[in-house]
Amino acid sequence: MRNWKQININHNMTELVSKIPEGPIEQKWTNHKAAIKVVSPANKRKMEIIVIGTGLGGASAAASLGELGYNVKVFCISDSPRRAHSIAAQGGINAAKNYQNDNDSIYRLFYDTIKGGDYRSREANVYRLAEVSNNIIDQCVAQGVPFARDYGGLLDNRSFGGAQVSRTFYARGQTGQQLLLGAYAALNRQVAKGSVKSYPRHEMLDLVLINGEAKGIIARNLTNGKIERFGAHAVVIASGGYGNTYFLSTNAMNSNGSAAWQCYKKGAFFANPCFAQIHPTCIPIHGDQQSKLTLMSESLRNDGRIWVPKKIEDAKKLQEGKIKGSDIPDEDRDFYLERRYPAFGNLVPRDVASRAAKERCDAGFGVNNTGKAVFLDFKYAFERLGREVVDARYGNLFDMYKEITDVDPHEEPMMIYPAIHYTMGGLWVDYNLMTTIPGLYAIGEANFSDHGGNRLGASALMQGLADGYFILPYTIGDYLASRFKEPKTDINAPEFEAAQKAVEEKIAKLMSIKGKRTPDSIHKELGHIMWEYVGMARNEKGLKKAIELIQALREEFWSNVYVAGEKEVFNQELEKALRVADFLEIGELMARDALNRSESCGGHFREEMQTEEGETLRDDKNFMYVSAWEYDKDNEPKLHKEPLKFEFAHVATRNYKD
Amino acid sequence: MNFTLKVWRQRDAKSQGHFETYKVENISEGTSFLEMMDILNEQLASEQIDPVAFDKGCKEKHSGPVSFNHDCREGICGACSLYINGRAHGPESGVTTCQLYMRKFKDGSTITIEPWRSRGFPVIKDLVVDRGAYDKILQAGGYVSVNTGGVPDANAIPVPKKNADESMDAAACVGCGACAATCKNGSAMLFVAARVSSLALLPQGKVEGARRAKAMVAKMDELGFGACTNTRACEMECPKHISVSHIARLNREFLCAKFKD
Repeated sequence: MRNWKQININHNMTELVSKIPEGPIEQKWTNHKAAIKVVSPANKRKMEIIVIGTGLGGASAAASLGELGYNVKVFCISDSPRRAHSIAAQGGINAAKNYQNDNDSIYRLFYDTIKGGDYRSREANVYRLAEVSNNIIDQCVAQGVPFARDYGGLLDNRSFGGAQVSRTFYARGQTGQQLLLGAYAALNRQVAKGSVKSYPRHEMLDLVLINGEAKGIIARNLTNGKIERFGAHAVVIASGGYGNTYFLSTNAMNSNGSAAWQCYKKGAFFANPCFAQIHPTCIPIHGDQQSKLTLMSESLRNDGRIWVPKKIEDAKKLQEGKIKGSDIPDEDRDFYLERRYPAFGNLVPRDVASRAAKERCDAGFGVNNTGKAVFLDFKYAFERLGREVVDARYGNLFDMYKEITDVDPHEEPMMIYPAIHYTMGGLWVDYNLMTTIPGLYAIGEANFSDHGGNRLGASALMQGLADGYFILPYTIGDYLASRFKEPKTDINAPEFEAAQKAVEEKIAKLMSIKGKRTPDSIHKELGHIMWEYVGMARNEKGLKKAIELIQALREEFWSNVYVAGEKEVFNQELEKALRVADFLEIGELMARDALNRSESCGGHFREEMQTEEGETLRDDKNFMYVSAWEYDKDNEPKLHKEPLKFEFAHVATRNYKD
Repeated sequence: MNFTLKVWRQRDAKSQGHFETYKVENISEGTSFLEMMDILNEQLASEQIDPVAFDKGCKEKHSGPVSFNHDCREGICGACSLYINGRAHGPESGVTTCQLYMRKFKDGSTITIEPWRSRGFPVIKDLVVDRGAYDKILQAGGYVSVNTGGVPDANAIPVPKKNADESMDAAACVGCGACAATCKNGSAMLFVAARVSSLALLPQGKVEGARRAKAMVAKMDELGFGACTNTRACEMECPKHISVSHIARLNREFLCAKFKD
């Protein structure tokens, strides 16, 4: 029997209880589902759940909870749930279907994900993710998601980094869009039925706790600027990651970490903040006026070959614009991934590919005017497969590249460079996806649990939908089962009053500064600090400097920002300012976490910790744990550790060489 | 590059709007249209911060940054929605505003920027419109009625490749609203057709095809969108090249459904 009082006591003692079920790994989820409680249909009707965000996690959770009979309120900052940034995922979604007969299995997907995450994710969660992956594909097909098919009418697959099997399902280069439209359609169906109420253009600005439990939110109606209160029996955060801390990233312009950050400041622990993913195949930075970076799908690495010149003088000429990539003969090209990692070649995981690109560029072999780009060449694919076949696979990506750079990938190799793409860190959650605050859940990119130090390609879509369709709808019932007698949350309670007041004061303060700098200019400066010191390569001195610089910049923000417009109207400058205020705090915690973790693992590369060949050097003895940070208003955040135990996956050095 | 911008300014839904003229300078060719708008906004914010330092000779100098919809900036979220020089998403074919680059404009030219103009999309502020009507149309029936769980194995439903590909062509719609904004009749037919057609081409969507077509068309009419007059302007301006052949399929679905009534 579960005793909630016991858990509250544990919470007060700030002890991390991950609630991983006993038993063999393939039985854990099955046993857990049998053990947890359910809520009867009649009682579900009496209960309310708030879902923040409408990406793959939020939309699938809200729809599924609505189908179960709960009263759901779903919030998003865009004008329609369909615009959430999951829509931009290009390449695909993994599942262990083994449709290709290439000896794939749940265990292999589990093992690849654990290894890809450099042994810093939670084993039981990852196994469960692999286990439900197949259900996701079934679900999406039933919804009418037009996945790519073969002539026999059955589903097609492609390969992705970090795997030696072909397990990625895709819908051209728009897989995220199609999966999101599936989840959004399921959501629309519930909105029409009245079980879900949708609140577009609403931004959560605070979490409301009553007796230490999550009971509601304060939100700003972005259309008219009004501050509104919403109550519920539980709150689900599905607001994505914090990659925009770096200003330039592949995230959408409005993606932000603020909803999760308010939860942190209300007591939810924030886990592994320093784990940020740098995606190797983005279009290189062109200049100061740039607002965001564009990703080119990882699927391009299936058939594209990555190279830089062998000779430094060729690189110099490329940088000066005197020759083009196609002028360099094959024998003078260095296919450095194939050279360094023969077993995986161009399909090494993202962190490995990114670091290898940086290494070549730092050594002077970059191929564009900034020296920060490498080639991704389809010449060989055209020769091997013919232009028609290659265009059928990547045509829309080639068009997109040409539109942006004015260069046709059919004639010249594409240029790519790594960019911030995803954050593996997030709110700490237990096996039930509940944070350290009772009744507060975090799903998708907003939590930390499944990807460890590095996420494999095509696994973000998988995780968002696994959490939203198949995990949270079960686990949240266990929490709500003991609370069906509780009346609806009263939004006139003093806790709501106080939270609204605090939000209004924060906004009033921002508007009153009337300094000399726009939120964007400060955000850009933060981005430079983050990329320089908390980016692809980190060291103790740099991280300490970053913390100082961020603190100074935060002071500058709070004394010299200028927020144009008024507060009770549609005001995008105010929206930005509120988010930048949080990025200025998130950035510092990321640096702090990176400083604490003096090992290299996954996307977190500490220069002090590398092998002679420049590969990451993990320190399992001292760092095989999840770092979970607790907010303290007056002091530095407190570090808690959740030790990671690997009972089923063999812990080894990641090897993509042989 | 330098440009003169004529931008629609409107305080809120109820206020009267007007054009204001601004100048932007030193824009590089690789800058996207929306990055150019960012630069304009930084400039307009700076004018408010230090009004004396700027005099661009505009009617209402200190009205602050221009509001416009944008998010992913890679042509997939469907948020951006500008009418540029009289065309939805600007002069280029097959791109959204965020994928439009300044190298496509003549240095020194004047660019007129307006919000979507359609009865179905009321202006919220400046260049931002309310496209909630599109959500409502989809809520009327743009889905397959399956709950989470309890579905057959994905490969138990074979779909001919041709149908899957055509369904995908229609499903590429980003819901930006360019079709209705462009249509002289303010019709949302291409948007509705894309969804109806995408599902009608798949066995999963066939079961409730008749109900879907009727419900979505009725909702479109109810929300004040006009009827289709076959000018094909929507197809011309659709950033995702959605073909009007999907409207033909919608009409077929709709008529068959009506005959069965």
